[in-house]
Amino acid sequence: MDGLLDTVAGQRDALDQGDVSSRDLVQRSLDRARDTEGLGLVVGTRSEVALQEADAADARRRAGDGRGALDGVPVLIKDNMVQLGEPAQCASRILERFVSPYDGAMAERLGAAGAVIVGRTNMDEFAMGSSTENSIHGAAHNPWDRTRACGGSSGGAAGAVAASVVGAALGSDTGGSIRQPASFCGVTGIKPTYGRVSRWGLVAFASSLDQIGPFAHTARDCALILEAIAGHDRRDSTSLPEPSPSLASGLTGDVSGLVVGLPREYFELEGADPAVIASVREAVAELERAGAKVREVSLPHTKYGIAAYYLLATAEASSNLARYDGVRYGRRVPSDDLDSMYRNTRSEGFGAEVKRRIVLGTYVLSAGYYDAYYRKAQQVRTLLRRDFDEAFSECDVIATPTSPETAFVLGEKSSDPLKMYLSDVYTVTAPLAGIPGISLPCGDVGGLPVGLQLLGPPLGEATILRVADAYQRLTDHHDRRPGATS
Amino acid sequence: MIDEVLERYEAVIGLEVHTHLRTNSKLFSPAPVRYGDAPNHDVHPIDLGMPGVLPVLNERVVDLAIRLGLATNSTVHTYSIFARKNYFYPDLPKGYQISQYEEPVVSDGWLDIDVAGETGELVRKRIGITRAHLEEDAGKSIHDTAVAGSHDSQLDYNRAGVPLLEIVSEPDLRSAAEAGAYLRVLRQMLRDLQVSEADMEKGQFRCDANVSIRPRGESEFGTRTELKNINSFRFVEEAIDAEIERQAELIDAGGAVQQATMAYDPGTGRTRVLRLKEDANDYRYFPDPDLIPLSIAPEQIEAVRATLPELAPARQARFEQEHGLSAGEAQQLVELRSLADLFESTLAVYSNARQLANWLLRDVLQTIKERECDLEETRLTPEALGGLLAMVDAGRVTARSARGLIPELVERGGDPEVLVRERDLEAVSDTGALEGIVDEVIAANAAIADKIRGGDEKPLNALMGQVMKKTQGKADPSEVRAILASRLRGA
Repeated sequence: MDGLLDTVAGQRDALDQGDVSSRDLVQRSLDRARDTEGLGLVVGTRSEVALQEADAADARRRAGDGRGALDGVPVLIKDNMVQLGEPAQCASRILERFVSPYDGAMAERLGAAGAVIVGRTNMDEFAMGSSTENSIHGAAHNPWDRTRACGGSSGGAAGAVAASVVGAALGSDTGGSIRQPASFCGVTGIKPTYGRVSRWGLVAFASSLDQIGPFAHTARDCALILEAIAGHDRRDSTSLPEPSPSLASGLTGDVSGLVVGLPREYFELEGADPAVIASVREAVAELERAGAKVREVSLPHTKYGIAAYYLLATAEASSNLARYDGVRYGRRVPSDDLDSMYRNTRSEGFGAEVKRRIVLGTYVLSAGYYDAYYRKAQQVRTLLRRDFDEAFSECDVIATPTSPETAFVLGEKSSDPLKMYLSDVYTVTAPLAGIPGISLPCGDVGGLPVGLQLLGPPLGEATILRVADAYQRLTDHHDRRPGATS
Repeated sequence: MIDEVLERYEAVIGLEVHTHLRTNSKLFSPAPVRYGDAPNHDVHPIDLGMPGVLPVLNERVVDLAIRLGLATNSTVHTYSIFARKNYFYPDLPKGYQISQYEEPVVSDGWLDIDVAGETGELVRKRIGITRAHLEEDAGKSIHDTAVAGSHDSQLDYNRAGVPLLEIVSEPDLRSAAEAGAYLRVLRQMLRDLQVSEADMEKGQFRCDANVSIRPRGESEFGTRTELKNINSFRFVEEAIDAEIERQAELIDAGGAVQQATMAYDPGTGRTRVLRLKEDANDYRYFPDPDLIPLSIAPEQIEAVRATLPELAPARQARFEQEHGLSAGEAQQLVELRSLADLFESTLAVYSNARQLANWLLRDVLQTIKERECDLEETRLTPEALGGLLAMVDAGRVTARSARGLIPELVERGGDPEVLVRERDLEAVSDTGALEGIVDEVIAANAAIADKIRGGDEKPLNALMGQVMKKTQGKADPSEVRAILASRLRGA
């Protein structure tokens, strides 16, 4: 795609100038999705309806009746967000042929803002994974190096933005599923405060952790999308009462006096790639040169994060996925009796990683183990929240690597689940504490992007976006585009 | 046989009642709650557990839970938690039921029941309420047995998500009769509070019973079994007796009761094991992360308290204390709210409470039952009833005549003064006239009169009957008897 026409702000300007129509942009996205098919990023497009919606947006614009910042802008959503009349397969065999009978909040809010959903992106099955390899559609390939993973679980969305299929895509983050693939694919991705964005219509993995957020090339684009999708929704009881924040207007580029905290525990992690650490430190130095103050902070319970995360997320998942039983929708394996029908349907319908987590979660919640695992993990969660509360009394944002490494080679970790789980070490704490976090490109190691993670206090999206935007004004890592595009 | 068993063993019974709450929509979805609609008509994606749906609490149920909590003298908790109860069954759309587990909305209360004591009199007994919690109902599985060899099942999710309050009693009940009394008091309370219509036939009021027995004098509980889904009051009592007998037979034969879930078969009058405890589900309860804790402001509890109607037990106690009624009379009166209301409104114009209660429980109640009508829809006014009873007390009309007027007053209404006059029912109270009639009767029955004079009082009633006949029942029988006696004994 030419010039800056792959950013939301760029597309909007071009639309405003009359340089392109929404139909042009949507057609380009559809073409681009087809051209990059081999990367396994997009799993389904709605070309005809999308073009009709683009025409409607163009008509509105001509009539001076535009819907705002996103009107006519093509976007992709992750395969775990439902839209009326569309599939939402969660990259799972068990939701084969499922078509949603209702609109999720994201379909509604994007639609209300005029954005055109052109299709759905690849993911790890039911968002369980860190590589987008656990998918019925096959692995997503990293546009920077097609032998490598996009990260996960929202790897398709991150890769599609990196490959300029769209300017923005929605992902969901449970333990890092937005931030880690953003890091691997060299794009910007934000996981908002828990409750900021409605989960109505988001197929649940772990309800107390799941949160939707946007991918884009820039923090500014993320702000535009987040403004459109955030805000209270009474259909989600965990939705926060706060209205959608004004974010784009707060991107002043000014970080002078702002305090950036560096958590000691995150930088002392064994096994982290030193080149990644160096890249992140250099990004922090850049912010310091722009007037920010840097200080070391401590998050002492960090080391319990992975354990607590995998206990709680699997426990919730084991219950959330019980509804896929072949009775009412999705795949059913006809069998002689009820128990066999359940067993065969779920055995054939779920992939190995999903089954592994259902079994783990069932164990975590079972009689006699609940206190040792589930309750204990909830206590860890409280301690992590306190860690962050204390740290944020000393700083405005916390800067860390997003991932201990750059994109790994496909297949490298899929045989070793524990190794895969440990790659989430920097990202699981934010969802456990419910705080927002953003990942943005801050350099490269051997041609592969490195992600800088900025964490903020609850409802601190405006702050982390302002810092990310200020950094992007000073650097051009976010302007780089990958070469491998098919 | 049950009496013999209960001489040797004491039964220990606790009840779990599931009652549908009176709401327009479901517990966590906007789908309507209706009975008798076409299958799967009243469903929302939430009720079907569609991917991506989330529950939102129907706030209406909170007041209903508070009402029941206050009425059972329970603690209404300002903080309670919804939990998931995980198990697989096709009528359970999400693979879990949203319920309350560790922190229910209501706990630690009681209600009083009246049960027959050893000599038949009513004895009051206090039954503990362990807890009451909110939960959603499941759908219905319809197993197709009409076609031979068919194993098809059909599912109706209209009921899925209907709000339930599960009310759990302490194991304070000691007999099937006590269990029945508890259920009747509870159902009355739910109806009076307008918490539930509690119609058993519609499945709005369902009962599980936990039953164990122990040798009389033993303080340890025996092993209990749980009788599931008993669908009438009669069957509850039958099932409990049958289970007590089954357990006694086992123990008498040297065996032991195994913890199990039981079903009662009304056809055979016996209980049978559905599943043993070791096969029971591990429900893996945990707090539902899709719902925030239920938080109730103390002000809300007080606001509900201010709107509580006087409940049957309190009203019964008041009737006993204020109006000197027996427990039995008071209980019968309050069982039918309209009867108790008529009792109180009539007391404004007629002060003999015990007399009034007698008439209501005997004549008025009988008329209502015979006519199968609702007292609220009848024309019987407090003024008419009070006026009629006052006329009886004054001797202006005999009890017998008055009784004959009740059906008419219930059906058509009217002023008893006018009715008595029109029907010429005024009692013959003119002593002179009455003495004349008595003398006529004695003269016409000289032989009988002589017998009585000779000390045989038996034929007196025959003469009484003749006098009453001549007065068309309008004479006061006691007065007739007195005049007859004075004439024949020469007193």
